[in-house]
Amino acid sequence: MDKLKLMKTANEVRKDIVTAVHSAKAGHPGGSLSAAEIFTYLYFEEMNIDPKDPKKEDRDRFVLSKGHTAPGLYAALAERGYFPKEDLKTLRHTGSYLQGHPDMKHIPGVDMSSGSLGQGISAAVGMAIAAKLKGSDFRVYTLLGDGEIQEGQVWEAAMLAAHRKLDNLVVIVDNNNLQIDGAVTEVNSPYPIDKKFEAFNFHVINIDGNDLDQIDAAFKEAKTVKGQPTAIIAKTLKGKGVSFMENQAGWHGKAPNDEEYKIAMEDLEKAGEALCQM
Amino acid sequence: MSDVKKIATRESYGKALAELGTEHEDVVVLDADLAEATKTGVFKKAHPERFIDCGIAECNMVGVAAGLAAAGMVPFASSFAMFAAGRAFEQVRNSVGYPHLNVKIGATHAGISVGEDGATHQCNEDIALMRTIPGMIVINPSDDVEAKAAVKAAYEHQGPVYLRFGRLAVPVINDRPGYEFKLGKGVVLREGKDLTIIATGLPVSGCLEAAEKLSSEGIEAKVINIHTIKPLDEDLVTEAAKETGKVVTVEEHSIIGGLGSAVCDVLAEKAPTPVMKIGINDTFGESGPAAELLRKYGLDAESIYNKIKEFV
Repeated sequence: MDKLKLMKTANEVRKDIVTAVHSAKAGHPGGSLSAAEIFTYLYFEEMNIDPKDPKKEDRDRFVLSKGHTAPGLYAALAERGYFPKEDLKTLRHTGSYLQGHPDMKHIPGVDMSSGSLGQGISAAVGMAIAAKLKGSDFRVYTLLGDGEIQEGQVWEAAMLAAHRKLDNLVVIVDNNNLQIDGAVTEVNSPYPIDKKFEAFNFHVINIDGNDLDQIDAAFKEAKTVKGQPTAIIAKTLKGKGVSFMENQAGWHGKAPNDEEYKIAMEDLEKAGEALCQM
Repeated sequence: MSDVKKIATRESYGKALAELGTEHEDVVVLDADLAEATKTGVFKKAHPERFIDCGIAECNMVGVAAGLAAAGMVPFASSFAMFAAGRAFEQVRNSVGYPHLNVKIGATHAGISVGEDGATHQCNEDIALMRTIPGMIVINPSDDVEAKAAVKAAYEHQGPVYLRFGRLAVPVINDRPGYEFKLGKGVVLREGKDLTIIATGLPVSGCLEAAEKLSSEGIEAKVINIHTIKPLDEDLVTEAAKETGKVVTVEEHSIIGGLGSAVCDVLAEKAPTPVMKIGINDTFGESGPAAELLRKYGLDAESIYNKIKEFV
């Protein structure tokens, strides 16, 4: 892993997120920014994929179960070359293929339509079962929100994933601690998240989800696990990289206005310059 | 009709699945702890490696089916209609319908003929729910022959299909030479000039009986069997309405949103015609033997005959 390169890419992904959401005048920046390192790592380091052949049969699959953070996924896909970066500015516009939530029918690189919370993980389990049935060695990754795991379907899926010993499945929980109505601890606490997945017979790894070294180690560890799925509980900072969005529930689903956009981009430009001097 | 062979369409479903599994390696069957009742157990016995019991978790089952389809398999996800179409409606809509994935929903125990289990398990709303989903095919076979053919047709069709089966053994009415199942095409079972009975599923055989009785009194009813409710055979329905001037729809489903509504949708625009809808009249069912319930809720041959007699 070229950590510095990935950090720079994650910073570009953050700029893309803010730009897309600003242009859309709607969308979900907070949970897209918190997962920027995870999106970047998956699409630039971890997954066996080919942007020139997005439907390649033996590709690894990614399901964005927390579908509202589509700007993060689209940014990573655009940076990876699935479609032109310029198109990100059409996010959520009438007639654009970049729908508010992931749409597998129209967006190159999107493996599953998602957005209704709790449903993506089930599809990921289905894909992992398909790999086993076909004797194919592709792996399946799915990213969930820590608020999303309040959905009962998540645990239905988790139970089946472990029951069927899906060691080709990695569930990542973006644990940024905030949901629309406030802190997850105040709304309906999902904690302890790690113990819950352990109880469901997952191999559980706790990491700082904004630290690429820890992300790298976790995904490498997941590949060594046999006979059970892995859950990576990624502690992250919601809104990370944009000063006024960090750790603010209010930036879950709101677009920056022109002035806020300027400040956000300045924050990210500065971060980018700092990385260039490393 | 005591000498007529009777088979429940869920039995036909299980057998057809097992055959389909032998013919096609990509067929996978999912169930939610009801394999004995939905008859997917027949497939399980024949192809255990491609049978996935998801346990009592229908919402997840539908999502898993979506994932299997996204990875190139052809999943048939099964449960009772109440849970497949009812409980998991939003999963069918968002994880299957919206991405137009090649998932087949095999829903058994539809309608009040579920019998003794009562209202919580008698789904009279599934056709209404499923036909609102863009791109969803909705099939409600009337007997064993049609049910088996429907399963194969569902496999051949690329895209989501909802298949509706019953618990109760029903007369085999389609075992004629040269029988052919055409998706989206209605079948004229009897000609008549005085009215058209358009029926689907379980009550089709009762409608034929009622038509014979009407005929003995000089009323000739055309009887159309609609196995595919969506897409509806609009041409056949419209022509029959124009020919006979009166239409009666019969279904083991709520009169709200089912076949009757689908027929009225078409006729209101293309050939306004007086229509009487026979079905479950905006009420819940109850416990009791299936035959008694069908009589009580007006879906046996005698009740259908009486209602039509009043209407014409």
